[in-house]
Amino acid sequence: MKVADLLEETYIALSANKARSALTILGIVIGIASVIAMTAIGQGAQSTIQSSITSAGSNLLYVTPGQQRGVGVQVSAGRGSAQTLTQEDADAIQQEVSLAKNVSPELTRRYQVTAKGTNTNTSVIGTTFAYPDVHNMQVDQGSFITDADVKSQSRVAVIGPTTRDDLFGTDANPIGSTIKINKVEFRIIGMTVAKGGSGFSNPDDAIYVPISTAQRYLAGDKYVSNISVQANDAESMATIQQQITELLLQRHKISDPLQADFTVMNQADILAMASSVTGTLTILLASIAGISLLVGGVGIMNMMLTNVTERTREIGLRKAIGAEESDISMQFLIESVMLTFLGGAIGIILGWILAFGVQYLGFTTTKVTWDMVLLAFGVSALIGIIFGYYPARRASKLNPIQALRFE
Amino acid sequence: MIVLDKITKTYFNADEEVPVLKGISFTINDGEYVAIMGPSGSGKSTLMHILGALDTPTNGSYLLDNQDVSKLSEKELAHIRKDKIGFVFQSFNLLPRSTVIRNVALPLIYSRVAKEERTERARQALFSTGLSEDRFSHLSNQLSGGQMQRVAIARALVTNPSLILADEPTGNLDTATGELVLDTFKQLNDKGHTIVLITHERDVAEHANRIIYIKDGSVLRDEAKKSS
Repeated sequence: MKVADLLEETYIALSANKARSALTILGIVIGIASVIAMTAIGQGAQSTIQSSITSAGSNLLYVTPGQQRGVGVQVSAGRGSAQTLTQEDADAIQQEVSLAKNVSPELTRRYQVTAKGTNTNTSVIGTTFAYPDVHNMQVDQGSFITDADVKSQSRVAVIGPTTRDDLFGTDANPIGSTIKINKVEFRIIGMTVAKGGSGFSNPDDAIYVPISTAQRYLAGDKYVSNISVQANDAESMATIQQQITELLLQRHKISDPLQADFTVMNQADILAMASSVTGTLTILLASIAGISLLVGGVGIMNMMLTNVTERTREIGLRKAIGAEESDISMQFLIESVMLTFLGGAIGIILGWILAFGVQYLGFTTTKVTWDMVLLAFGVSALIGIIFGYYPARRASKLNPIQALRFE
Repeated sequence: MIVLDKITKTYFNADEEVPVLKGISFTINDGEYVAIMGPSGSGKSTLMHILGALDTPTNGSYLLDNQDVSKLSEKELAHIRKDKIGFVFQSFNLLPRSTVIRNVALPLIYSRVAKEERTERARQALFSTGLSEDRFSHLSNQLSGGQMQRVAIARALVTNPSLILADEPTGNLDTATGELVLDTFKQLNDKGHTIVLITHERDVAEHANRIIYIKDGSVLRDEAKKSS
């Protein structure tokens, strides 16, 4: 049997039962569409997280207290918030690590902040003038904290636009107003440009104050919660990471690097971590969708078995006029593959529309990748083969004499 | 040419052996028109299955055009059916919702004949059964019984087989239509086609030039009609 004839036979057979064919492929359509939509959401989440990590600034290294823990025996609860980094550490990095372009020590705590009659709970970040450069931040109105503010421990604050909205209302000009952070009065000297982040570390929902002021009036000690270091370029990152580690080990008088009471992470590490989390999320979503694909496949098998039974006499006739077993099994196999392939194609389009809709309605960003589309096509064809094989084989093995007598 | 030599067929049901054909021998020459006649249960259907290469005998040999068909594999049997046998069934067995032309051309698909040639050969086969041309593009289930059976005959003819096997071809037709179909066979035989008609009806068998009577799995009588 020629391929063209085979395809024509398939087309005629499938279009003879349009409603049933359509209902059967619906299972595959839903399965493939959900696989596409789900992975698009997963991939979208991944790219959102990646871009928010990279938008935090480029070529960044983070020095944080406590130890980076993999899977280990020791319980390291509380080490992440340990107080092992000091202002002096930051100064030492600034002075001795020559490749570092900017060093921004940060002391971040959450406080209740009040303005006239309103109040909110937000992050208060004690930092220096280097912060905007390191974190890609721009000042919208007024100015950022200066070196002089840090030296004189001025009680000045730069406010994020979201916090401004909460305390003063949208579009209000907060410059010059006073707010109370943890009952200490601060004068607002600037407001940052909205970066549009979200989640637990939203740069728009924060108040920036001089680190010295934060240490003296708010925290009451000289520790810092982390130090962000910006390298000149990506190539020098590894060297800087090495230099900082050595410097701090020396300063903290620790000889065994495994016992370090701080962690130096670069953006690539954080990206890799975030990717592995979102990768797991994507796999989870895809496997849930995969189950519905499996159910769709069972539907195909069911329909094909019904089909074989209904067309027993036709199979008998075809065998009587000279069709070989392989002709019959190919015909039924191609029918099921055609069904799933068609279902796959419609499913991909539907999934794409769904993913677009989710993004359009603003739930989350989605991203349909070509390899997912190709994979979905492959999987749907494979499902046709797997679930079509048994019915096709059953058809091909029918005894022509009995098949012709079948009522 | 068909040469059957001591064909036996025994079915094995559970522990029981059921002999259906008990040593059948006869020869049918090319161009003959033979009726195989017998009451139901005589084994004529089983004989037809063996003649049509749908089944193989338990013992004995069956030479079709000098090829021993009795010991072929399923795949080889399919080839024999494709090239040498044309079937006409009592219940027509046309593909529903398919045109007359497509039904007739169907066997040629398995011989890998190109589409244009298939259509042409299907038309020729239909012409020789006397079906009027305006029916060629009708769907098979829009036809009358007699028309359907002529389509089925055309389908049997289209591969130009060595043998046309008709199994009770008039069983589902009224007498007048049956006569028409039998006339068609007669005309085909006049053109040189070898036809074997399986029937239990004397009237039908009378149309052939030779009648082989089967009873209880054996040939009871083999009589040639005096050519009229």
